[in-house]
Amino acid sequence: MRWWTPYAFLAPYLALFTVFMIVPIGFGFWTSLHEWDINLPAKPFVGLGNYAELFDPGSVDGGRFWTAMRATGIFTVASVPILVVLPLLVALLMNGRFAGRNVYRAVYFAPYVLGVAVVGLLWRFLLDGNIGLVNHYLGLDVQWTTDLPPAWIALVGVTVWWTLGLNSVIFLAGLQDIPRELHEAAMVDGAGAWRRFLAVTLPGLRPVLVFVVNATILASANMFGQSYLITAGAPADQTKTAIYLIAETGLRQFDMGTASAMSFILAAFLMAASVLVFGAFRDRRRP
Amino acid sequence: MTHHLSRRGFLGLTGAAGLTAAVAACGGGTRIGSGAASPTAAAPTFTGGEYAGPKVTLSYWNGFTGGDGPHMRSMVDAFNKQYAGRIEVRNVTRRWEDLYPAVPTAITAGNGPDVAIIHNDWIGTFAARQVLIPLDDVVGALELTESDFIPAVWNAGVYAGKRYSVPLDVHCLADYFNGAHLEKIGLQDAPADKAGYEQALSELKKSGVAHPFWMPNKWPAHLMFMSLLWQHGGELYSEDGTRALWGSEQGVEALNWMVRQIDDGYSPAKVAIDSQYAAFKNGQVSLTWDGIWQINDLKGNAPSLKWGLAAIPNIGGTAAAWSASHNFVLTAQAGKDANKVQAAKAFVDHMSRQSTEWAKAGMIPARNSARQAPEVAGLPQVKLAADVGIFHFLPALPGVGDVQSKALELAVAKAVLKQASPADALKEGVATADKLLADNKRKYAQ
Repeated sequence: MRWWTPYAFLAPYLALFTVFMIVPIGFGFWTSLHEWDINLPAKPFVGLGNYAELFDPGSVDGGRFWTAMRATGIFTVASVPILVVLPLLVALLMNGRFAGRNVYRAVYFAPYVLGVAVVGLLWRFLLDGNIGLVNHYLGLDVQWTTDLPPAWIALVGVTVWWTLGLNSVIFLAGLQDIPRELHEAAMVDGAGAWRRFLAVTLPGLRPVLVFVVNATILASANMFGQSYLITAGAPADQTKTAIYLIAETGLRQFDMGTASAMSFILAAFLMAASVLVFGAFRDRRRP
Repeated sequence: MTHHLSRRGFLGLTGAAGLTAAVAACGGGTRIGSGAASPTAAAPTFTGGEYAGPKVTLSYWNGFTGGDGPHMRSMVDAFNKQYAGRIEVRNVTRRWEDLYPAVPTAITAGNGPDVAIIHNDWIGTFAARQVLIPLDDVVGALELTESDFIPAVWNAGVYAGKRYSVPLDVHCLADYFNGAHLEKIGLQDAPADKAGYEQALSELKKSGVAHPFWMPNKWPAHLMFMSLLWQHGGELYSEDGTRALWGSEQGVEALNWMVRQIDDGYSPAKVAIDSQYAAFKNGQVSLTWDGIWQINDLKGNAPSLKWGLAAIPNIGGTAAAWSASHNFVLTAQAGKDANKVQAAKAFVDHMSRQSTEWAKAGMIPARNSARQAPEVAGLPQVKLAADVGIFHFLPALPGVGDVQSKALELAVAKAVLKQASPADALKEGVATADKLLADNKRKYAQ
C-alpha cells in the first residue's frame, strides 16, 4: 500500500467537502471582511471592521446583534433540557410492551412531519392573546405572542410539541440497542428499576445522548421559523433570534458583509458549545 | 495517537488549502474599493406607437397578492391578447416583502423582472442600486405631465435628476368602521375630528364594546404614527436625508395619543400582529385603521360584516394620512436588450392607460383626470382623495426602508408595548436612525 492510498479513497468525499463546505466557508469569511452589498458595484475591504462594529454595543448592528444572540441563548437554554429529558421519558414508555404501542409512537411523532410554516401559522392563531383559542379555553388573559416571558414559554412549548417525536425516536432506537442480558443480569443482582436505569440504561445511551444533546443545541440555536412566524420578533425584537437577524440583514437589507460576520461569531459560539458538550460526556473510565 | 494527530493535521492542511483557493478565486471578481459600475448601454429612445421588433417575452413582477391580484391578471391577459405573437408578458406575483429582497439578486442572476411594480419609497433605493433604468422618454411619449398627477407621487419617481417610474395609483391609510357598532351610539359615519372620535370611543365602550379601537404594535402601527406625526405638523426626515425628525415634540404627541388609547381602555394591551384586523372582521372592533387595499378582502371574506370606510380622523390639527403609490419601473435586466426595452415601454404605456380598470381593484388612480371619470368617482376609496393635500409619502431616500424598520418601527412598537415611554422610545430610535442615515449617505454616494 502506498502512503497515499487512503487519501485516494478519501478523495471523492474530500472533493465534495471542499466544494460545498470549505469553499463556501472561505467565501463567507472573505465576504465578512468587506462592506459587501449584493448589488452595489463597490465592495470596499474593511478588514475586521464588520466584527469591530458587532462588538461595539453602541453601534446599530452591534446592539441588534447581541439582543438577537441573547434571544438565541435564552431559547437554547430553555428548550434543550426539556427537549432531552422529555423525549427520554417518552422513549422509555414507548419501549414498553402494551396494547396500542404503535399508535402511541405515531401520535408522538406526528407533529414532526408538519413543516414549520404549518406549525407557525397554526400556533400564531391559537396563541393570539385576544382572539386565540388557547386563552379562550383556558380562561386566561396572557399575551403569548407579544409579552415576555409568555412569548418564550409559547415558543419553547411549540418547539417541544413539534420536535419531541424526533428525539424520542432516536432515544428509542438507542434503548433497543441495549442488550436485554444486561438488564437481566442487573435484576439477578437485585437492582431495582431506578438503579437499572442509572447503571444500565443511561450508560448504554451515552453515545446516543451525546448526539441528541449536540443536535438539539444546534437545532435550537438555529431557531428561526417559529419566531419569524409566531411572534415576528415581538415584543420589540426581543424574540428575534440570531439566525432571524442574519437572514434579515443579509437577504432583506443586502448587507452580506455584516451578515457573514454575524454568522461567524454565531458559529464560534456553537463550536464552543459543542466542545463543552463532548467534554462533559467524555468517558472518564478510560485513561 | 500519532495516527490520530496526522489525520487531523491533514484535514487542517487541506482546509487551509481550500480556504486559500477560495479566497484567491473570489479575489479576482472583487474590485476592492472601486466604485466603477459598468454603465448601462444607452437604450433606444421610446417614441410611443406600436412595437415593431421581433417577438419578446417580458417578465413582469408585482406584489398584488390580495384582492387586487385578479384585476391585475385580467389586465395583463388583455394586453397579451392584443399583442399576441409580438409581446408576451409573464406575470409573477409574490408578496411585497419577498419581492423587494428578491428583485436585486434575481436581476444580478438574470432571472429577475424586466418590468415591475414597486412602491414609491423603493424607487430611490433601487435607482441608487442601479436596478432600474430611466424612463424620461416614456413619460414624454405618454404626454404625462406633473399637472395631471398628485405632485408628491409624481416627484417620488425622480432620483438624481432622472425619472425612473410611471405612477399607477395611490393608496392610503383609512379608517374602517363597524356600522352596527356606530349605529348603537347614533352615528352613521366615523367621526372626523379628535373630540368627536374620542367621544365616540367612550360611548362605544359604554354601549358594550369591550375594546372598540385596538392599537397594533406592528403593521400598520408605524403608518398610524407617521400619519399622526404629519397631522401634528411634524416631519419624518430632513430635506437632505441626513437627520431623522420624527423624535420631535410632534412625534411624541402623536405616539402619546396612540398609547393613550390603551391607557383609556379602548384597546387591549400588547395586541398581536394582525389581530386588530382579524378582530375587526369578527365584529369585535368598532374602528380600525388600515390600508384601502383591504376593501376587496372585506368585500370577499367578511360578507356579513356591515362596514364602512372613512378618512382617518384629524387628531393633530392638520388633516394628513400616510400614503404610498404603485409605480411601473424598467429594470437593468431589460436594459441589456433594446427590444425588451421597447416592448416594456409599450407595456407600461398600455397599462398606465387602464387606470380606470385598476381603480376597481380598490386603488385610487394617480392621474387626476382618471379620478374624475364617472365609473371611478363612485368607488368608495375615491372620496378619500377629495383633498389630495392630505396624502403624505415617505421620501424616496436610498435605504429609507432600512431606517424605517430598524429604528422607527421599533420605536413605535416599544412605546405601544409599554417597554419605554413614547419620548424615550423615540429618542433612542432617532439616535439609531441618524447613524443609519449617515451610513446610507456614505454607502449610496459611491
